[in-house]
Amino acid sequence: MGFEQPKLNLSPRVSDEIRKTTCYMCACRCGIDVHMKEGKVAYIEGNRDHPVNKGVLCAKGSAGIMQVNAPSRLRAPLKRVGERGSGEFEEISWDEALQLTQDWLEPVHKENPEKLAFFTGRDQSQSFTSFWAQGFGTPNYAAHGGFCSVNMAAGGIYTMGGSFWEFGQPDWDRTKLFMLFGVAEDHDSNPIKMGLGKLKERGAKVIGVNPIRTGYNAIADEWVGITPGTDGLFILSMVHLLLKAGKVDLNYLAQLTNAPALVDNTDGPNKGLLLRGQDGKLIVIDRKTGKPVAFDSKGITPDLAATYKGHRTVFQHLAERYMSDKYAPENVARRCGIAAERIRAIAADLARVAFDESFELDQPWTDFRGNKHKTMIGRPVSFHAMRGVSAHSNGFQTCRSLHLLQIILGTVEVPGGFRFKPPYPKPVSAHPKPHYKVTPGAALDGPHLGYVQGPDDLCLKEDGSPARIDKAYTWENPMSAHGLMHMVISNAYAGDPYKIDVLFMYMANMSWNSSMNTGGMMKMLTDKDENGDYVIPKIIYSDAYSSEMVAYADLILPDTTYLERHDCISLLDRPICEADGAADSIRWPVVEPDRDVRGFQSVLVDLGARMGLKGFVNEDGSAKYKDYADYIVNHERRPGVGPLIGFRGEDGKEEGRGKPNLDQMQSYIDNGGFYEIHVPDGANYYKPWNVAYQDWAVKIGIYDAPQPYLFDIYSEPMRKFQLAAEGHGDRQPPEHLRERIKETLDPLPIWYAPFEDENVDTSEFNVHALTQRPMAMYHSWGTQNAWLRQIHGQNPLFVPTKIWEVNGFSEGDWARVTSAHGAIVVPVAHMAALNENTVWTWNAIGKRKGAWALDEKAPEATKGFLLNHLIHELMPEKGDGMRWSNSDPVTGQAAWFDLRVKIEACEAPDECSPELPPIKSPVGQGPKDLAWKVGK
Amino acid sequence: MTTLPKTTQKKLGLVIDLDTCVGCHACVVSCKGWNTENYGVPLSDQDAYGADPSGTFLNRVHSYEVQPESGPAQLIHFPKSCLHCEDAPCVTVCPTGASYKRQEDGIVLVNEDACIGCGLCAWACPYGAREMDQAAGVMKKCTLCVDRIYNENLPEVDRVPSCVRTCPSGARHFGDLGDETSEVSELVAARGGMDLMPELGTKPVNKYLPPRPKDVIPEFDILAPYLEPVAKTQKGFLGWLDKALEKI
Amino acid sequence: MHPAGSVIVFTVASGLGFGLLTWLGIGLPEVRGWVAFWHYALGFSLAGGGLLASTFHLGNPQRFLMAFSQWRSSWLSREGCLAVAALAVLGLFAIGKIFLEANWQVLGYLGAILAVLTVFATSMIYAQLKTVPRWNHWSTPALFLLLSLSGGGLLAAQILPSMILLALAGALQLAAWLSGDGRFESRGTDIGTATGLGVRGIVRAFEPPHTGNNYLLKEMVHKVGRKHAVKLRLISFALMILMPLGLLMISGTALMVIFAVLLHAIGTFAQRWLFFAEAEHVVGLYYGKR
Ligand SMILES: Nc1nc2c(c(=O)[nH]1)N[C@H]1C(S)=C(S)[C@@H](COP(=O)(O)OP(=O)(O)OC[C@H]3O[C@@H](n4cnc5c(=O)[nH]c(N)nc54)[C@H](O)[C@@H]3O)O[C@H]1N2
Ligand SMILES: Nc1nc2c(c(=O)[nH]1)N[C@H]1C(S)=C(S)[C@@H](COP(=O)(O)OP(=O)(O)OC[C@H]3O[C@@H](n4cnc5c(=O)[nH]c(N)nc54)[C@H](O)[C@@H]3O)O[C@H]1N2
Ligand code: SF4
Ligand code: SF4
Ligand code: SF4
Ligand code: SF4
Ligand code: SF4
Ligand SMILES: [Mo]
Repeated sequence: MGFEQPKLNLSPRVSDEIRKTTCYMCACRCGIDVHMKEGKVAYIEGNRDHPVNKGVLCAKGSAGIMQVNAPSRLRAPLKRVGERGSGEFEEISWDEALQLTQDWLEPVHKENPEKLAFFTGRDQSQSFTSFWAQGFGTPNYAAHGGFCSVNMAAGGIYTMGGSFWEFGQPDWDRTKLFMLFGVAEDHDSNPIKMGLGKLKERGAKVIGVNPIRTGYNAIADEWVGITPGTDGLFILSMVHLLLKAGKVDLNYLAQLTNAPALVDNTDGPNKGLLLRGQDGKLIVIDRKTGKPVAFDSKGITPDLAATYKGHRTVFQHLAERYMSDKYAPENVARRCGIAAERIRAIAADLARVAFDESFELDQPWTDFRGNKHKTMIGRPVSFHAMRGVSAHSNGFQTCRSLHLLQIILGTVEVPGGFRFKPPYPKPVSAHPKPHYKVTPGAALDGPHLGYVQGPDDLCLKEDGSPARIDKAYTWENPMSAHGLMHMVISNAYAGDPYKIDVLFMYMANMSWNSSMNTGGMMKMLTDKDENGDYVIPKIIYSDAYSSEMVAYADLILPDTTYLERHDCISLLDRPICEADGAADSIRWPVVEPDRDVRGFQSVLVDLGARMGLKGFVNEDGSAKYKDYADYIVNHERRPGVGPLIGFRGEDGKEEGRGKPNLDQMQSYIDNGGFYEIHVPDGANYYKPWNVAYQDWAVKIGIYDAPQPYLFDIYSEPMRKFQLAAEGHGDRQPPEHLRERIKETLDPLPIWYAPFEDENVDTSEFNVHALTQRPMAMYHSWGTQNAWLRQIHGQNPLFVPTKIWEVNGFSEGDWARVTSAHGAIVVPVAHMAALNENTVWTWNAIGKRKGAWALDEKAPEATKGFLLNHLIHELMPEKGDGMRWSNSDPVTGQAAWFDLRVKIEACEAPDECSPELPPIKSPVGQGPKDLAWKVGK
Repeated sequence: MTTLPKTTQKKLGLVIDLDTCVGCHACVVSCKGWNTENYGVPLSDQDAYGADPSGTFLNRVHSYEVQPESGPAQLIHFPKSCLHCEDAPCVTVCPTGASYKRQEDGIVLVNEDACIGCGLCAWACPYGAREMDQAAGVMKKCTLCVDRIYNENLPEVDRVPSCVRTCPSGARHFGDLGDETSEVSELVAARGGMDLMPELGTKPVNKYLPPRPKDVIPEFDILAPYLEPVAKTQKGFLGWLDKALEKI
Repeated sequence: MHPAGSVIVFTVASGLGFGLLTWLGIGLPEVRGWVAFWHYALGFSLAGGGLLASTFHLGNPQRFLMAFSQWRSSWLSREGCLAVAALAVLGLFAIGKIFLEANWQVLGYLGAILAVLTVFATSMIYAQLKTVPRWNHWSTPALFLLLSLSGGGLLAAQILPSMILLALAGALQLAAWLSGDGRFESRGTDIGTATGLGVRGIVRAFEPPHTGNNYLLKEMVHKVGRKHAVKLRLISFALMILMPLGLLMISGTALMVIFAVLLHAIGTFAQRWLFFAEAEHVVGLYYGKR
């Protein structure tokens, strides 16, 4: 009896239509092909033509379909009817919601705009939300960067005019040795994976520096299980070795960095600043003539070894500092948890690859001095780092140290090295300075966030008190380029520096995983004053889902999901460029919302018009834009420069600069949702100094004029703060901060121990506690996803072998984890590939009962937990009556990873603690079973 | 046919590079998405938003820790789906003929219309590659995306399994392992591709490329010259610097 | 393996039923008319009821007819075919005995052979699985057959032969437990071969691929506590073998036999529960479990 194989239809119809838009499940912002069947989303895959992901898609991206139909989606505007935090709401109409918002905000705008604090979380429209806040006139605006990775951003920009994060990338096609510091996933998640894949394909070497060996670090050829918070020391030790061995790129340093600049040696207000000519240009000594000349003179050979009237070059200062025995491998090994031999081996390997395997590309280019080069020299060593380095209180300086390392190897913006993505490189001087001048009823005097260049740029009121609610740009953290979102609620609650009236937030889960001191945060949001009024009087919040934060607001403006609205990922913001091209993209409603929700940006456009905010109304007072889509197309930041670079000009043929084009949105849709302008050949390396690149950047509107610059190995702005702390200048820091500023704002990278180490008894709290992002989850919002929550529905605390054995743990055990601030009880699991003094867990898996339309007994709520309960936004009291924030002293970056704990075995309870009461779900609970198939 | 074809014209399968897989689960979810919407009944989820969520997936990513004799422990992410065995025990145990191995390409499939949901094939599979869908009561398994790889409604480049197309790190390769000259066969030859549980005689078509040796720290003797100090003192260093600058 | 109630009932009941029918088929005891009716009724309801129970295990029982198609390769299909054949042949034989005063002994023998083969086929469903080393052994069919025949023998009141078979079954059961306990290890399949990583060092499962549950875990990664298992083994052995033997040694009265059969049946349920619960599937290795 022969068997008949079933006849299969091998070419079934895949979909009725493909709609191309942009993923939203993380800041990577990949292009997606949304396959539609019968008007419904059937399947999502990567867009092959897209510059970011080139067709691939991560787990979250593919699971977007479960995000769009999540039962936790908010359905209509909500007005609080119960106590704050209870989750009791009534649904109201948009008319009522907008009227209420206007009633609350308009008086603030008219009388004292600083009484509005408008903060946005994982905002992908910051250039727009900040524009709105500017129009409103409040100085109190920032996005989440302050608690995220401002150290990384600022460390890079202050050192070399661009940073890792998503602002640059290794030269994946050419690098031969790649070192990765403190990265679990990062924003550039697909490109990093694609890049690692390329390295693996070529057999290039990957070294992972991370206390934890998972993910990227698991595939690293070598793993350095460093002690948290000590990367700076490890890096500077390698700098020490490389300097001693003369394995530095002297030509690169002399020509392209401020290493040959002369450090003023005269005591007084200029000590330590760099010598400048009459025209304000840096002075270097030309080796050929021995004469001081402007740094950008044609044909000079700046002398690194020069001493001019007693002023020595930056390079000499640098050599003197780092060649000190303090940085010898033997002297850092124990602290870093890395054997001295290992440090030597890695440094030697860096030297070997950078110099022995250097190569030349047959690509002539001209530098900013007008010197012509026949080739481009490649140094195939590259680095990347993220929050493992930046989320420490010494993170800014550690980032700088790492940049110092790559700069002395001459491997930034060269073939095989680290490359910027447009609109970077961009020197500090090309960034705006922070603005904070408040005028009732009028707009702020300029953009909120920027890069200070010295004490004069701090956001201080006349009386020296902080102008901003988050105390950004104050002596506590002078270079806080992204603000300090993690301090907003706590400062508003304390009325320090002042009280506010309305807290307005957008997509930030501040009562849960996004804040430090979660329990305290909930209390601050719900506490009442002696009159029985809430201490923080009014809270407006926009979320798309029933998150923990929803329960703590008085008014909810429900947002659409990412497939239901217009958006733009703009070069004015955090764009999606690649090193070889400038790119931006859009989202558009590939499905219409089936609920009474509105895109938040469109709501802001509406509110802006209702209140007559600058930028949102025409001269006659009529609304300037119909909605966000209209803004995207028609707004011009500078003449000819708008949110999108593609299809500009009346005929839609111009790129970069050009008049608004009414058909721009449709052209983007037709083009696959994005636009890309390639960096021309010959302009794609040496960008900060390359005339071809500079001209191209001007042409497409990134700069208004060429901005070549030198890398700031030595940071003058930092030195200016130090000078103030030493008593120079009019603007003086408060006494209690002088020493700290002198120490931590050193113009040359330094390492100091994370603050927590000084503040707690490290023999009692002898374990470092970290979190990592799971690749298949995005912060709090992955959990509502029926598919993803099966992968990560609970999170144990991973414990290294030593601690596992000391406590006699076995599978299924629980532990009490205590910090100087609090205690939690959580399940433990064993991990051997882990630094022996470190424990960790996945970030943001733990959920509050009642949130996200999940069952109250969901594993996320019973066996999932947050480490945030153990982390305080303030450091332990020092007995001086001051509130010392748990942040980097330079930038204010939240020091999540400084945390120290102790671990004790304990009886297994039923649930993790703290156990918090459930909040009432405003959206009910999700359905029992799913068999999601939209086509027949 | 619960009897296996004597030979198949091709041996289509996957080659998974354990040296490259970062364990991101992209392939897991992409597979879930494609196969929920395509071949057969949707991959259902039970108690989807509840206390004990579970569901059908055709591809899962495990992770293992390996403690070598010396050196630090290693961590290896390990995706696993049907290996489309040449000697597929899951096929021969099937009482209804629902499970079969395709003669033309060796893909092992379940004809859901003939499946009684007895579960025996899942018992027979050593690799945990089959999961019974709890809503439909039929056996689900990796189809090697048979409805993609020949699909004329897809552009040619996209005629690869969903998991392969999506894998961000390029750790998954698809091709004919019966053809020695195919890219996948060459990869297997070059990298020492291995079988899982070869002792069970299932002769898997899918192969795994083992992780490359890790933590092989180069002999410092070879590297030492790279760190030979140029001078003993600060002054000496300046002297060296002066000379070195002359050369550039 | 997950000890599913329906499968336990199926194997125990159909084992006893086909065992009884075997004895009846070879004419032991020689029964006719109403006596025969009750004997056959018991045999058919145990065998048929067991088969019916097994369908509760199915996701799509309405398609059961298809399960007869793959007798060339599938033991499950063979079992179905054999069972139907056995029941049909013995049905005819029984009709002859009960209603027609006829003794078509050829059918009886044929039916007995088919009944034995049915039990053998059932056992081979398990014994064939290399993935479950404990089952994958000749002792599995041997034990299934011995238990079927001894239990059936008791039901057929064939005391002496049953006692001998029961003793043999007991001995084999002990041997099967002993040898079964080490079989997983001895097959050489471990997490190292499962992952191919064993050559690099000691392999340990780190994070599972999903924190949520799934079919594999529910169905194939079932763990009984060691202590639990030992206790259950003692109980099942006492009930299934020792006590029936002891009772029958004391006396062979009908009441005693019924009592012995009941104890034996209960013991066999326990034994069968253990048969599943103690069986470890190699897939557990992937989850770091067994
Ligand atoms: N899938 C997914 N992707 C995301 C996110 C998400 O939630 N999910 N979130 C996005 C956001 S907002 C951000 S900010 C990025 C962050 O992306 P990452 O920078 O990758 O952030 P984390 O996951 O916090 O990982 C920090 C890493 O640093 C390590 N680490 C901690 N302390 C130290 C140290 O002192 N030294 C070294 N060398 N390593 C250390 C930790 O072990 C961990 O591996 O990811 C973005 N991408
Ligand atoms: N312990 C610990 N805590 C951390 C970190 C850590 O490493 N360890 N990392 C920190 C970092 S770097 C960051 S960036 C923060 C992340 O902090 P958040 O930015 O707060 O991240 P989410 O949890 O994703 O919260 C965003 C909110 O946006 C909502 N949302 C999602 N989509 C939409 C939408 O389309 N519209 C609107 N209006 N809302 C939407 C979600 O429902 C959610 O409530 O967490 C911080 N917290
Ligand atoms: S990395 Fe994943 S979640 Fe982030 S944008 Fe890309 S596909 Fe979406
Ligand atoms: S992996 Fe399992 S399901 Fe796939 S062919 Fe082999 S035995 Fe069958
Ligand atoms: S579950 Fe379906 S495919 Fe598997 S053996 Fe049973 S009938 Fe065949
Ligand atoms: S080949 Fe297709 S069915 Fe198989 S694992 Fe990959 S995506 Fe899933
Ligand atoms: S998608 Fe690729 S890298 Fe990610 S888990 Fe799957 S095989 Fe590994
Ligand atoms: Mo972040």
